[in-house]
Amino acid sequence: MLRAALREVSTALKEGQVSPTELCQRCLSLIKATKCLNAYITVTEDTALRQAEESEKRYRRGQSLGDLDGIPVAVKDNFSTTGIETTCASNMLKGYIPPYNATVVQKLLDQGAVLIGKTNLDEFAMGSGSTDGIFGPVRNPWSYSKQYREKCGQNSHLENEDSSWLITGGSSGGSAAAVSSFTCFAALGSDTGGSTRNPAAHCGVVGLKPTYGLVSRHGLIPLVNSMDVPGILTRCVDDAATVLGVLAGHDPKDSTTVQDPFNPFKLPSVIDVGKLCIGIPKEYHIPGLSSETLKVWSKAADLFENAGARVIEVSLPHTCYSIVCYHVLCAAEVASNMARFDGLEYGHRSNMDKSTESMYAATRREGFNDVVRGRILSGNYFLLKQNYEKYFIKAQKVRRLIANDFVNVFSSGVDVLLTPTTLRDAVPYVEFIKEDNRTRSAQDDIFTQAANMSGLPAASIPTALSEKGLPIGLQFVGRAFQELQLLTVAKWFEKQAKFPILQLQEMLDHADALSHQKISLSS
Amino acid sequence: MAAPVSGGGRLCRLAWRRRAGALHSGAQPAALGREPGKVAAAQSGVAPWRAVVGLEVHAQISSNSKIFSGSQVQFTAPPNSLVSFFDASLPGTLPVLNRRCVEAAVMTGLALSCSINKKSLFDRKHYFYADLPAGYQITQQRLPIAVNGNLSYTLCVGAKQSQMVTKNVRIKQIQLEQDSGKSLHNDARSQTFIDLNRAGVGLMEVVMEPDMCCGEEAAAAVRELQLILQTLGSSQAIMAEGQLRVDANVSVHHPGESYGVRTEVKNINSLRFLARAVDYEIQRQIEELENGGTILNETRAFDYKLGCTIPMRDKEGKQDYRFMPEPNLPPLILYDAKSLPANIDDQQVVNIDWIQERLPDLPSVKRVRLVEQYGILPEHSFTLLNEDGLMELFEDVVRETQMNPKKVIGWVISELLGHLKQYDLTVKESPVNSLSLADLLNLLERGVISSSAAKQVLEELWKGEGKTPLQIVKEKRLELIQNQRELDQICQAVMEGHQEEVMEIKAGNKKVLNKLIGLVQRATQRRADPILVKQILEKKLSQ
Repeated sequence: MLRAALREVSTALKEGQVSPTELCQRCLSLIKATKCLNAYITVTEDTALRQAEESEKRYRRGQSLGDLDGIPVAVKDNFSTTGIETTCASNMLKGYIPPYNATVVQKLLDQGAVLIGKTNLDEFAMGSGSTDGIFGPVRNPWSYSKQYREKCGQNSHLENEDSSWLITGGSSGGSAAAVSSFTCFAALGSDTGGSTRNPAAHCGVVGLKPTYGLVSRHGLIPLVNSMDVPGILTRCVDDAATVLGVLAGHDPKDSTTVQDPFNPFKLPSVIDVGKLCIGIPKEYHIPGLSSETLKVWSKAADLFENAGARVIEVSLPHTCYSIVCYHVLCAAEVASNMARFDGLEYGHRSNMDKSTESMYAATRREGFNDVVRGRILSGNYFLLKQNYEKYFIKAQKVRRLIANDFVNVFSSGVDVLLTPTTLRDAVPYVEFIKEDNRTRSAQDDIFTQAANMSGLPAASIPTALSEKGLPIGLQFVGRAFQELQLLTVAKWFEKQAKFPILQLQEMLDHADALSHQKISLSS
Repeated sequence: MAAPVSGGGRLCRLAWRRRAGALHSGAQPAALGREPGKVAAAQSGVAPWRAVVGLEVHAQISSNSKIFSGSQVQFTAPPNSLVSFFDASLPGTLPVLNRRCVEAAVMTGLALSCSINKKSLFDRKHYFYADLPAGYQITQQRLPIAVNGNLSYTLCVGAKQSQMVTKNVRIKQIQLEQDSGKSLHNDARSQTFIDLNRAGVGLMEVVMEPDMCCGEEAAAAVRELQLILQTLGSSQAIMAEGQLRVDANVSVHHPGESYGVRTEVKNINSLRFLARAVDYEIQRQIEELENGGTILNETRAFDYKLGCTIPMRDKEGKQDYRFMPEPNLPPLILYDAKSLPANIDDQQVVNIDWIQERLPDLPSVKRVRLVEQYGILPEHSFTLLNEDGLMELFEDVVRETQMNPKKVIGWVISELLGHLKQYDLTVKESPVNSLSLADLLNLLERGVISSSAAKQVLEELWKGEGKTPLQIVKEKRLELIQNQRELDQICQAVMEGHQEEVMEIKAGNKKVLNKLIGLVQRATQRRADPILVKQILEKKLSQ
């Protein structure tokens, strides 16, 4: 049951095969069993059970609120949740309990979804590994999969695997791990430069970054306001469409959401890609791209061609400037957005009381990690009067050129772009931390951040397993506000790809054994 | 004629000269209305100074809610009782622009003859301060809502302040922005308390070009702006409540040379202090320069107790505000009749033409109308507008009486306003309303009472006992004696009692007649119409 897609479990709930409470309890115990993944910062057991109970009453009355009623979902810990600690994995917000729900959270709850917990991330979503938060790194569930272990030829003793476990990617690694390890059926991530798609690719789940302006950011603690979008992580494309249908639409509390009404859609079950034109950006064929990811990418292109689609090479000439431009704009907005964390109104406050200024300084030094502080410093540097033209304005101009690259490609008749999501499959943690966060982000966001710079919708679809038995995802980038087309193509591709299901049984059995051991010890 | 000043076609009729001891004996502008330079140079051979004053005026927008949040705006509310999540800058909250604030700024821009930008942008201005929760203020640095306007204001000059001179100051721009909260420092316990009620209240910053040259001009310009804002209702503009805050940029230079280094004077909370602060700062700079010193580009605060400006200590060095576009607010697009898209919801757009059509009469227009319609003096039209509610009172009285408006204005300004000033009352607080004043003036106009009796009645009315003028006249027996025969008899009696005077008049000394008139007045307790009395006496004397 837990391995089912949201759509299937929703049917099961409607048909009474399982009750919301039962479903919730099963998820909660699975969360406990997979605790070592560190996917959750807060597990909201009590409220989740209460919400499940409410849902159960509705089902009993025959008044289900819809497809999400009774469905356990997880939310990245940078979305405000009323009465539930929201930390952004930072000392700065440890203990901060927001008095309001982010619009997307409220929309989920209004549909009867059961909020099961808040998921782990890089501090303030700054990172691409989910390794740089105060609650420690998130472990990729695939580290414990039968598929990976068999390929690695390692013995399955979980106690000794500390050197081999893999990162999830990030920064929404907790959400990706939660969906991938079956502890919830959908999760919210956020996507500023690839933070939803990157961990989705590494964890073998679907990661959707909607068009900027389609989904409200109200209550999402910002990284880069002009690029942030709430992301959706699910186990299949249909589910992403379902959740998008709930989240999308104008929000009077977010002036950057478009006013045009959004009509939720169901993806067609019979899809013909014969009339489509798929663009393959040649600039995405870069030296760092692993050969097996390249192979998966070309096979996917062939798949479309064989199905009658027109697959053409296209050019996005400003791609090579994108990542550096992204970093300038990102740092500048971070410097600005982080200014509010001064210890006065909420969050951490240092004991330093010599003067207000020294209190600010100590609060911010104690509250932020090196990554955050580094971005604040460089951002403020870029915004200085004497640097503003050289860095910020220039980066904005380049951003326009990058956005225009996409406009040009789409107006030339291309419907959807097909690219890799990441350079390669997930790397072991010990490997990952050899490089600093800045270098890692520059490498890992390479294929994803351009969609944020241009506001376009993009989705990472799990495609194949690497030689190591780890997921490789491919990315589809669509026209602005053409999520229906994007996801329809993605759904067709998903069906062809037949990505294998994560086999976690070994780990779960082990966890089971452990918990039994504990019980027997304590009794 | 005035001499043009370098850097612009601006005319200034004022020249400044250093006057020994001026700083300590209360600074005064020198050589008012004189041709700059000439006299001063002739007297001492020292080149005169010219002062340049520019203003930045922050006007709190009169609106029910704040500019980017739904919190109420109210001056008197318990601390931190009007604070939304956004105002406290809770993470994840976003600004939502208040339409009313946009309309107020457009209205103000139109009233100041500005070009309204159909597209304007919001920016973040960063600085750390305890009462600025987000660490930045949302303002309009790059592309403000209104630019290139003009404000005409009038100064009273001349020995008796009776000459009216109209001047202009260019408006550089009007920008929409957020107000900050308030910090209350407790130095004794070295604590700071923060009240965020004001944080996020909408402000219009009106930036005036440096077209003024003394405190009096600055004060007159701000006064006119204040009247305009109040007429529009875009701001209540009460300085004492901080709804209108003025920063003055002041510099001095010699004519023909480029502008001097300027200082910014803050902390000015009344028009009187504005004039004093500017004049003090001008004199201070002149003295500094003449003593071989230099002027620092600094921020100074006006200390109203000491009457001087002092450097502000918390502004160390130059701030770099690290301006950045506000990413959470799309460009603000305004429409006019031509550009208004079809089938659009009126609530979604601001139409400049619609606002223009509904602008109320501005003070300058009202003054012209008052002068033309009632034949009153221009300076009286200023007085009527300067006092809140006085014009309405005057017009009400005129409407309710048969008295000539030119006579009514005397009663309104000398008697009523004089009295209000004496007791520091506003027109609204006046115990004498338009109705009772009109009643009183009607009694006077109909000859029921004399003008001196009318003043007596007014004195009674001030007591606010709720009596009508007529009741007072009756109680105090103040009516003029209407009965001709009664008056005849009194005159007769007075003549009989003063035969000596009668003889004198008859002998040709007409002046003595006034004495007889006075005696009749005394006999009637001033209830006789003096003209009538004179007629009766003359008639009797010639018999």
